[in-house]
Amino acid sequence: MSIASADLAFAPAGEQQPSYLSAGHSLRSWLLSTDHKRVAVLYLVSVTGFFFLGAIAAALIRLELITPAGDLVSDDTYDKLFTLHGVIMVWFFLIPSIPATFGNFLIPLMIGATDLAFPRLNLLSWYIYVLGGLFTAYVLLAGGVDTGWTFYTPFSSLFSNTHVVAAACGIVVVGFSSILTGLNFIVTIHTLRAPGMTWFRLPIFCWSHYATSVILVLATPVLAMTLLLVVAERVLGLGIFDPNKGGDPLLFQHLFWFYSHPAVYIMILPGMGVVTELVTAFAKKRVFSYAWVAFASIAIAFIGFLVWAHHMFVAGMSLYAGLVFSFMSFAVAVPSAIKVYNWTATLYKGRVSLDAPLLYALGFIGLFVIGGLTGLFLASLAVDVHVHDTYFVVAHFHFIMVGATVHAYFGALHFWWPKMIGRLYPEGWAKAAALLAFFGFLVTFFPQFILGYAGMPRRYHAYPPEFQVLHMISSGGAGVLGLAYLLPFLYLLWSLRWGAPAGDNPWGAAGLEWRTTSPPPRWNFAARPVVTWEAYPYQDMPKPEAARGD
Amino acid sequence: MALAPVELWPASASAYAREIDRLIWSYTGLILFLAVPIIACLVVFAIRYRRGSDADRSNPPVHGLRLELAWTGLPFLATLVFYFWAADLYSRQWVPPKDTLDIAIVAEQWMFKAEHPGGQREIDELHVPAGRPVRLVMTSQDVIHSFYLPALRLKQDVLPGRYTTLWFEADTPGTYALRCAEYCGSEHSAMGGRFVVLSPKDYAAWLATFSVDRTLAQEGEALFRRLGCSGCHGARSVARAPSLAGISGKPQPLADGSIVIADEQYVRDSILQPKRQVVAGFAPIMPSFEGQIGEEDLVRLVAYVKSLADASAEAAPPGAAVEPPR
Repeated sequence: MSIASADLAFAPAGEQQPSYLSAGHSLRSWLLSTDHKRVAVLYLVSVTGFFFLGAIAAALIRLELITPAGDLVSDDTYDKLFTLHGVIMVWFFLIPSIPATFGNFLIPLMIGATDLAFPRLNLLSWYIYVLGGLFTAYVLLAGGVDTGWTFYTPFSSLFSNTHVVAAACGIVVVGFSSILTGLNFIVTIHTLRAPGMTWFRLPIFCWSHYATSVILVLATPVLAMTLLLVVAERVLGLGIFDPNKGGDPLLFQHLFWFYSHPAVYIMILPGMGVVTELVTAFAKKRVFSYAWVAFASIAIAFIGFLVWAHHMFVAGMSLYAGLVFSFMSFAVAVPSAIKVYNWTATLYKGRVSLDAPLLYALGFIGLFVIGGLTGLFLASLAVDVHVHDTYFVVAHFHFIMVGATVHAYFGALHFWWPKMIGRLYPEGWAKAAALLAFFGFLVTFFPQFILGYAGMPRRYHAYPPEFQVLHMISSGGAGVLGLAYLLPFLYLLWSLRWGAPAGDNPWGAAGLEWRTTSPPPRWNFAARPVVTWEAYPYQDMPKPEAARGD
Repeated sequence: MALAPVELWPASASAYAREIDRLIWSYTGLILFLAVPIIACLVVFAIRYRRGSDADRSNPPVHGLRLELAWTGLPFLATLVFYFWAADLYSRQWVPPKDTLDIAIVAEQWMFKAEHPGGQREIDELHVPAGRPVRLVMTSQDVIHSFYLPALRLKQDVLPGRYTTLWFEADTPGTYALRCAEYCGSEHSAMGGRFVVLSPKDYAAWLATFSVDRTLAQEGEALFRRLGCSGCHGARSVARAPSLAGISGKPQPLADGSIVIADEQYVRDSILQPKRQVVAGFAPIMPSFEGQIGEEDLVRLVAYVKSLADASAEAAPPGAAVEPPR
């Protein structure tokens, strides 16, 4: 189907509408705004704050691990640092990162809507997020929590004498913010698509967020219940997980991972959506096998609910549970592999621009391939028995959650930054940051696979001296990685004022969000879009020599 | 300050460990076989089809069913080989051979205590003979720990309130690491010590260095009398309570018609929660000893009950009294 030139020139040709950024400059105009774009910016600012807080904890951990002796901080402080790092990075950065900022900003734009289905609920979800954050800030100031982000019983319920109750409450509260966001996305994608925007014309980004939202709505309540049971055990003396009262500590692990394994897919699926958009936009080619990529997201969300006990192969489960959950974990790798193959095929015979967002996307794919395939090691029963709870696991999930997801987050930030603020970032600096992030990440986390196989358990404050060299390499890489994350923070702030004006569509990209002004007006489009083309119609677009020079 | 030499590969002390290493190397080969072409294609496509290059772009494919099925199915089937290989090794670890040397492990914050059948005890160390299957029966007095022997490529979580087991057959004498792998609080990283594999002769010599006057089972027998267990379970009191002679490891018919294997876990549970699984034909009159016996004394009592298995072999043919009621 070809596109009438009138469709391509949809963005208002005549009078320029004021952008959402100029709708008010007071603090009040931001804090009480129900504009999905402004709520997205609120989220962007707050998750960035938590990201740096979590990163400081990580930096202290890596500094401590330069030497085998536990000499920088005390063992209790070390335990609080890795707990804080995990809690903040998982619940206050990774889970909201892409959905609550880019999903919030882009889903209405991508489907041709004026806002999300429930704008006030959207603002409420940010306030709930902040409330959860305040609990965590209280925990931090009051002296911390030392259970690890996994809160395993009976350590968390009966033995830890740190601020477990407040930390758990903060996570329960922030969970409700996730549930509301997920609910909002589901209803929005179902009901607010523009005329002609059929399900199979949706950008893959929307499919990914749809799958993510289903997990958010179904899994998060289980986490809330589980943590509230821990609170009940500490406060009321209930014995759900206490073996001395007939409870079962393994029940906690089942309940916790029933949420927390799907939560890994909450963290990665939006990143996969971002990378699909980046690859197709910078290859100027329709994504290869659209339907397979779209349904792969749904398959990941579905199978992702059936693999949780692969965290428990040495916990004392039955043999048959191990055999089944191992098999399901192999199966969940299949839809992820489908995506990787299709991204690669999308580049084939494309017109590839190696701009910073694509560098981040390629970094994502490379690190995701390593992270995913080492996940197969962990899914294999006898291998997991050896490497479970070692640095091998630490390396594996950082490849997925940091290597992949944070790369996607930065890719999204660079790609849609011109749309969000109407200005370009400095491309040379951005390319340097993308390369630094990729190689810094590899140097930080690849040695940890070797450490893990060599027998270095995780969450060790002090360690045997034979592991020191690898730990030093890892800490050195972490320094590079820290720089790579700090750079965009600086030059993006710089570009707010001094960046060159972006124009409506600096990348020559095909999505609906590029057919309105940058930044978009309060109601997104000058007139209701009517979609008459398939997704990613690059083959029908005039050969775009990108409007921006490097 | 001098750095210790890097340990890139852990020492291995059993045939099983070497088989895990073989599995890992083969698996790594497959992973490279799957990953390298993809990453190579990404790089090659990104360069060859960069904007402005004069590469051939005619008829770009946009989908391909056969291609999708091939790159979905073939790698999955290839990885399934490793699913079965790893599952087979894991299943073998599930069933210990007969006649294992049973050593009890009691974990607590932050130490592992080992009790050998002869009554020898050690803390944060485990000495075992080479060439003989060893079975660890483990429990924790507080939080969850994990007994990790990297040289054997094995670990098993140690839980409060129940027994978990781990068996192995080490074959290379030497001193290896013993570590706690499950985060258990402040001194988690200091928990553990040495795992020493000795030749059978050296192991016997090592056992002899202890001056123990009673075996684990004999200590259990003393407890058995002191706690009053012998009053009902003794050889001459079979009317009120089942005799314990010869039950260890054998199926027991229960009052509710089900059958349970009288393993360590069952004996332990029956001491602490006697009304839960009552043997058929007896009234649930035994009082609970919950909170009155520590894990280490439980280990001794269990060892005593297990030791009665041999005694019964002379008295009555095993299995005669344990046919399930039909």
